[in-house]
Amino acid sequence: MMDESELTAVPKLATKAMLRHDSVRDVELLLLPERVVLLNKSGAAILGLCDGSRTVQDVIAQLEHDFDAADLANDVMTFLKDARGRGWVVVT
Amino acid sequence: MNPVPQPFGLLAEVTHQCPLHCVYCSNPLALRDRDDELTTGDWLRVIGEAAALGVVQVHFSGGEPLVRGDLETLVAECRRRGLYTNLITSGLGLTESRARSLVAAGLNSAQLSIQGDAAESTDLVAASRRFDKKEEAARIIRESGLPLNMNVVLHRLNLSRLDAIIDVCVAWGAERLELANTQYYGWALRNRDLLMPSRAQLDEAVGVYERRKAELGEHMELLWILPDYYERYPKPCMGGWAQTALTVAPDGMVYPCPVAAEITTMEFVSVRDHDLEWIWSKSEAFEAFRGTEWMADPCRSCPRKETDFGGCRCQAFALTGDPARTDPVCVHSPDHHLIQDALARANRADVGEGGEPDREKLVYRRPRAPVRR
Ligand code: SF4
Ligand code: SF4
Repeated sequence: MMDESELTAVPKLATKAMLRHDSVRDVELLLLPERVVLLNKSGAAILGLCDGSRTVQDVIAQLEHDFDAADLANDVMTFLKDARGRGWVVVT
Repeated sequence: MNPVPQPFGLLAEVTHQCPLHCVYCSNPLALRDRDDELTTGDWLRVIGEAAALGVVQVHFSGGEPLVRGDLETLVAECRRRGLYTNLITSGLGLTESRARSLVAAGLNSAQLSIQGDAAESTDLVAASRRFDKKEEAARIIRESGLPLNMNVVLHRLNLSRLDAIIDVCVAWGAERLELANTQYYGWALRNRDLLMPSRAQLDEAVGVYERRKAELGEHMELLWILPDYYERYPKPCMGGWAQTALTVAPDGMVYPCPVAAEITTMEFVSVRDHDLEWIWSKSEAFEAFRGTEWMADPCRSCPRKETDFGGCRCQAFALTGDPARTDPVCVHSPDHHLIQDALARANRADVGEGGEPDREKLVYRRPRAPVRR
């Protein structure tokens, strides 16, 4: 179960991280000082919404809308937890 | 034939000028003069060609990259092309206004190196007492909003101070600290007997590293870069020759790795004569050790050949004179005795550790230092 505070937290991409579409390889990348991470489509979509203006709840709602899907909450929360642990995302 | 890989990273060594004189500097022994350096226009072209090749990350290094007044222009060009930029600096020359203009140009991160935990150790290793400048640089980096990454090269003369070194980085607010055991190329190879730690010293340091890593947790990321002489197998250098990254030296020469300039038997090519695309995909030097086809035994028939790619070509050359040989670090290498001899010397009971070494014997990195082997 997830609690309310996790849903109202506001995730933001860490300053050191940069998201970009790589047009040479046609993939989504997360660039960090010492590594390059190849993202899958959903990972890139989630991180793309972590701009410090949305709560986790908003991110989920937006993705469910964009992908025309329901029940993305668990996947998004798991991904964000991991992303936070790796220092890609900070939460305020 | 496999398709030619696309590089992710460009190491832009914009200058060999540096206010420090580190005894383990990985720059080639023959340092390039200012007059030989690429112009701003050359670098702008190189950045564009690198982006077209697939490069997404540019590390500005040297020497001390801050020596170049056009660094902001180069960073801005990277930003314009969506490339991630990282500044690798000794911290000397980093003022508040310089940091501001670099961040405004789009700089994404910075890595600050220290040589030890105090002015004395900096002086011993780098022939400079400006430790105060490094502390100031750390503050400037943090206040400019960049994450502070730090790096220290470890060796016989500072391994026993590891705890104190980590304390310094914590106090300065580092997010990440690379503990890089010395790699023996260039200047470090010349100073090898004075830099090589003993097994006991290294074991103790590993203990410190593990304890501090557990204590620090998420507070600061600690990274241990292995001392390869003490390993059974070589390091998979750069993910294999000419696979993931390339280096452009101050004079425009292009190398698959920052120390490949040492391989004097190979013909490398300059961006002054060819474009990066051609150099990366067609030049003989880049093709020479790509993949596994070039290997002889023991690597050819070894199950680890896709894991470590036969080790480092530069190390093979530096120690045997032939870049195509198995890295002598490997226990299967016919040249492994070269490593064992160096280790035997480092572990002789009569060789002191930590204490003040014979300063006279250290060869400091300087332009045209006397050649002594
Ligand atoms: S290792 Fe030392 S001397 Fe070499 S470039 Fe870096 S700071 Fe300068
Ligand atoms: S023999 Fe070659 S491929 Fe095998 S472990 Fe040694 S260096 Fe690596």
